Amino acid sequence: MDVTTTAMAGTLESSDCQVTVEPGSGIELSIESSVINQYGKAIKKTILATLERLDVKNAKVTVVDKGALDCTLKARVEGAVFRASGYSEDEICAGKKLPWGGAIQ
Amino acid sequence: MNPNLNRLRRSMMFLNAQKPSLIKDPYIYKPDSIMLDLEDAVAENQKDAARYSLYHALKEIDYRGVERVVRINGLETAHWKEDVRVCVAGRCDSIRISKTESAADVHAVEEEMKKAEEEFGVEHGSILIMAALESTKGVLAAREICEASPLLFGIALSGGDYTRDLQTSITGTGVEFQWARGYMVNAARCAGKQVFDTVFTNLDDMEGFRKETEMIKMMGFDGKSIVNPRQIAVCHEVFTPTEKEIIKAEKIVKEVDEKKAMGIGVFTVDGKMIDIAFYPGAKRTIELAKAAGVYEGDL
Repeated sequence: MDVTTTAMAGTLESSDCQVTVEPGSGIELSIESSVINQYGKAIKKTILATLERLDVKNAKVTVVDKGALDCTLKARVEGAVFRASGYSEDEICAGKKLPWGGAIQ
Repeated sequence: MNPNLNRLRRSMMFLNAQKPSLIKDPYIYKPDSIMLDLEDAVAENQKDAARYSLYHALKEIDYRGVERVVRINGLETAHWKEDVRVCVAGRCDSIRISKTESAADVHAVEEEMKKAEEEFGVEHGSILIMAALESTKGVLAAREICEASPLLFGIALSGGDYTRDLQTSITGTGVEFQWARGYMVNAARCAGKQVFDTVFTNLDDMEGFRKETEMIKMMGFDGKSIVNPRQIAVCHEVFTPTEKEIIKAEKIVKEVDEKKAMGIGVFTVDGKMIDIAFYPGAKRTIELAKAAGVYEGDL
């Protein structure tokens, strides 16, 4: 997917994370987390795997984690990437189908 | 037949599907069902984000037997069809249709479910439907809604919108819901479906919550929508048969079975006249006690 604009998903509430994606060259990932020492590697792995599934090759990705589970990390990365790649809610409602079980899994 | 069709549903707890802190572990409170909400609890500009969150929750969180109902956006919105797709792709247990006003509304959702089931390879009939009645039109159509689909397990009253439509408000006395509650119980029972009451939102008034729950239990409801884990214990206590009720039901079932074989139709149990008409109620009490995990007998 081509990240063509800047988009954000998620919040800074406990158990959540806020993910921002911007157009970039290659994958530039920045992670801030209160549990970075314990789970930093696992968080990075989940985010990179999600970006790979979504076929994102060029993007600047900023993650501010507040203790999110894997399922939330994935959901927020997907939310930000789809919003930044032409999948607004208006377009989804107009019939642009999301790849549940495909790129989203 | 889907084994979940008539499962125990004493408490159905609303949770905003967009809030990770709410959906990550609600099973610890042991509600019978959770209602993952894509509708009113989710802001208009977060509808897409809520679906990603819902999908991964359905696929990756083990809710330990708690039924996962998803409340989709109303059919008057543009959101509901993608809501149905994500529900089916994520294999939720049931879909709650918001603002249901006719059998046609149920049919429309069922048609979208069929399309999604085919797309995602999900067996038709494995995901059930319930309908929320939120308007006078919806309440008046309760019977046709109950009869609309074999996948529909029940109907629920949604009090906030309904009282607005009635041009009244929630008073705390229950008088504004009297007619709708009575009518909905009759419509549901007539069609062999379950029926659920609206939420009680004053969390500081637990006595009021208990009284309302006791009243709707006496009216014939199967359970209640709830908004906070604090309400679960009271709800379950009210809707679970007491030991006295179980013992009485057990005696009735055993006596009816025994006397029927002897050709006796009317007899007494603990000094009270009993006949075959008491049998279904007694059987239901035993089934409810079994489902609630409090029956230790041999029936």
